[in-house]
Amino acid sequence: MMELIGIPPQALFGQLLLGLINGAFYALLSLGLAVIFGMLGVINFAHGALYMLGAFVAWLLFQELGVGYWPALILAPLVVAAFGVVLERTMLSRIAKMDPLYGLLLTFGIALVVEGLFRHLYGVSGQPYPVPDALQGGTNLGFMYLPTYRAWVVVASLAVCLGTWYAIERTKLGSYLRAATEKPQLVQAFGVNVPLLVTGTYAAAVALAGFAGVLAAPMYQVNPLMGSNLIIVVFAVVVIGGMGSILGAVITGFGLGLVEGLTKVFYPEAANIVIFVIMAIVLLVKPAGLFGRTT
Amino acid sequence: MPDAATLTRTLLSVRDLHGFYGESHVLHGVNFQVAEGEVVTLIGRNGVGKTTTLRAIMGLLDRQQGSIQVAGTELVGLRPDKIARVGIGYVPDDRGIFASLSVEENLMLPPVVKQGGLTVEEVYGLFPRLKERRKSQGTKLSGGEQQMLSIARILRTGANLLLLDEPTEGLAPVIVQQIGDIIRQLKAKGFTILLVEQNFHFASTLADRHYVMEDGKVVDMIPNDRLEAEAEKLARYLGV
Repeated sequence: MMELIGIPPQALFGQLLLGLINGAFYALLSLGLAVIFGMLGVINFAHGALYMLGAFVAWLLFQELGVGYWPALILAPLVVAAFGVVLERTMLSRIAKMDPLYGLLLTFGIALVVEGLFRHLYGVSGQPYPVPDALQGGTNLGFMYLPTYRAWVVVASLAVCLGTWYAIERTKLGSYLRAATEKPQLVQAFGVNVPLLVTGTYAAAVALAGFAGVLAAPMYQVNPLMGSNLIIVVFAVVVIGGMGSILGAVITGFGLGLVEGLTKVFYPEAANIVIFVIMAIVLLVKPAGLFGRTT
Repeated sequence: MPDAATLTRTLLSVRDLHGFYGESHVLHGVNFQVAEGEVVTLIGRNGVGKTTTLRAIMGLLDRQQGSIQVAGTELVGLRPDKIARVGIGYVPDDRGIFASLSVEENLMLPPVVKQGGLTVEEVYGLFPRLKERRKSQGTKLSGGEQQMLSIARILRTGANLLLLDEPTEGLAPVIVQQIGDIIRQLKAKGFTILLVEQNFHFASTLADRHYVMEDGKVVDMIPNDRLEAEAEKLARYLGV
């Protein structure tokens, strides 16, 4: 058996795949956080809870109504988006002109309430969600075994990230969004309904979190705490990539997932902290983040 | 004496306008009118409320009282996006060019609010330089080009009342002249223009009338053809 620098390729590629999977979730979630921060100036601490909500909605649809994975992949993000519309209109819009600290505290509180509610209703033991039939099994690539569902997660996440990037950077609606991130008052004075645009942006960004939750459901158990376990790392990813950069969030998300995977191979003890070490270094060397604009 | 604005149809009418930024009261009862097709300036020293008056018309102050009517529609109390849709194009004092948008995206950003705006080709015809640089980032343009972009983008929208806030500030004389030519062409096309201007010499070459502001109020109106006769009074107002 061939070995690379004393590591069996099975282990190396296996960890790289795990890293890509983690990276897919980092990318989807940090993308939403970056968009929300750019448009609303809010550090959305509820993002992890909304990811969890997406997974739970998929599980409940399956459990209570027998609705399967593919419809849930559309329906659950829509439910999360609707919840986001309510949050934005009833709460976040009221603190729009205040110090960003208020937004952070408010969304942190929302996260605690949502998680507490699901813990109360379903406990913390976790609920299994089946892998859809079409994505069962896997392929032996020779150097490693590739489970079909995991490949799907990476591809779906990449597609959604690139689609989001395209929508923001290359479409008319995206140009409104970018302009309103810079000078919301002026964009509104041109005749654009900016408050509606803000609500729509928040809804779309949290729908991405809900989508990530559905992707996660068959792989991890559906658990009320699944979001808070992930969100801290995702915040580190956003800090490293730089707030407000779309492509930066995607590249950093996948990149750090891979770095984490490699660390698991070469120095497993550091795997849980490597992202935070990188964050500390980036903050020292380039405080605006790797892709951040300093203006 | 009949006001020039009452002789033709009044397009913009501002009455007893009070404006506030937070707790501070910055406009103290502004009154003036602009007739359709006129070019009218607001002049006065720094800090007398000229820019604030334009912002008040666009609904961008924290709070305002009084009346602003455009073609019979009351604007006070409307949201800025509704105000724009009455048919007003706004060129802010900082030019408001978006760094994250290309020149072309900046140009295409303001939505069409009325019929009868210039086509993109007509706009590029007025500003050929913008067509050459349409793929550049908006803020990579020179100051003069940014000012032209700021004016160009509201000509597409069909707005017939243009609010221009110091379009010549900080620009080289040759560019100021070009902008003056553009404004004269716009007047000839029938646009109504309210211009805030520090460069009084420039304003006198294109405006029909001048409203003088002091301490958040309009204190005088001077028709352009009376400028020489009123030169002394004007020098006192402007402190030159």
